[in-house]
Amino acid sequence: MTDPISALLLDETAEFSLAELCAACRVSEDLVVEIVAEGIVEPMGRERMHWRFTGVALTRVQRVVRLQQDFGVNLAGAALAIDLLEQIERLRRAQRSFD
Amino acid sequence: MCNISAVEYKDYYTVMGVARDASADEIKRAYRKLARKFHPDVSKEKDAEARFKEVGEAYEVLRDPEKRAAYDALGTRKAGEEFRPPPDWQFDRGGDTDSGLHSDFFEQLFGGMARGGRRTEFRSRGFDAAGQVEITLEEAFRGTERRLSMQRVAIDERGREQPTTQQINVRIPAGVVDGQQIRLPAQGQPGIGGGPAGDLFLEVRLLKHRWYRVEGRDVTLDLPVTPWEAALGETVRVPTLGGRVDLKLPKGSQTDRQLRLRGRGLPGNPPGDQLVVLKIVTPPARSAADEALYKEMASALSMNPRQAMEDTP
Repeated sequence: MTDPISALLLDETAEFSLAELCAACRVSEDLVVEIVAEGIVEPMGRERMHWRFTGVALTRVQRVVRLQQDFGVNLAGAALAIDLLEQIERLRRAQRSFD
Repeated sequence: MCNISAVEYKDYYTVMGVARDASADEIKRAYRKLARKFHPDVSKEKDAEARFKEVGEAYEVLRDPEKRAAYDALGTRKAGEEFRPPPDWQFDRGGDTDSGLHSDFFEQLFGGMARGGRRTEFRSRGFDAAGQVEITLEEAFRGTERRLSMQRVAIDERGREQPTTQQINVRIPAGVVDGQQIRLPAQGQPGIGGGPAGDLFLEVRLLKHRWYRVEGRDVTLDLPVTPWEAALGETVRVPTLGGRVDLKLPKGSQTDRQLRLRGRGLPGNPPGDQLVVLKIVTPPARSAADEALYKEMASALSMNPRQAMEDTP
């Protein structure tokens, strides 16, 4: 058996530059700029070259890409779907914890 | 050239729930509907991922007029029936496939050709893989390791998909929360033509705990206490994820009073808290002496807990 591979947490403390985010999600910088403009993710830092994204943002960008590819939704539609999906997930977690 | 082995026939029309003469529009509509139903981001159906792939594969064939015509030419068979492509089977290598995993049936028919045109000069990063892993609350607190079976699909020099199963050991650090995404770089599908491997993304699910409820990094524990512990404000032992601690109850505490043990929840920056909800448990009156004691309390500690209700008309 090989040594265990350490998993990286994609949480609020993980940080990615624009280039790292694009590589991990296989998207262009232009798409990320549009996603930011749509308010789906909010980078830290003002200049684009200093943008830092959290692990949560990375997960969201991946989701946008899947929703676009698989449903053909535009960014506004993806944004709405992600908001609703995250609400459902919060409710499901709360329900699971109290069941 | 191709090694032809028997595979299970797939009825793509049944998978999509459309008639064999369905129009391109009908097929697209059926796909969109099924994709919404089984999309892993949207669906909570148990086998959503597998169904989504199946639907995607069916759509990949039926949306493409050439592939659809070739598939139709095979005639109608029963789903699951043993199938070998006809000896004269030749599918003109057309477009590129965009998914990492296909059924053996698809592979036999379209697999080797899907990337055929590019073969050796084609180099690209492997597909990302996704999955879920369930851990206990204690494991989330301390961190844990999991052994996972990974279905890997290598693309050989002929452009064919070669599935293998590999075991990997994954270390999950302390402080994950329910629904946490974790990333394992280069542990996804192998690269194509010498390209780098894709990443593996896992969603961590916390299993329900016998005592604790969990919300983000905060944990809540219902703590049974006796009336005298609550009334007199005694010190009681309370379990926490990091071990037992002594907690002094405020004098005169009632049921549902919440006490906060700061930083005793799941680790993080900042760490979560443990909330302790007091639940006063009354001792049963088992003997005449017990009853006498309760009667003595009734006369000595006169109290009407329903006063507020009675004061309201």
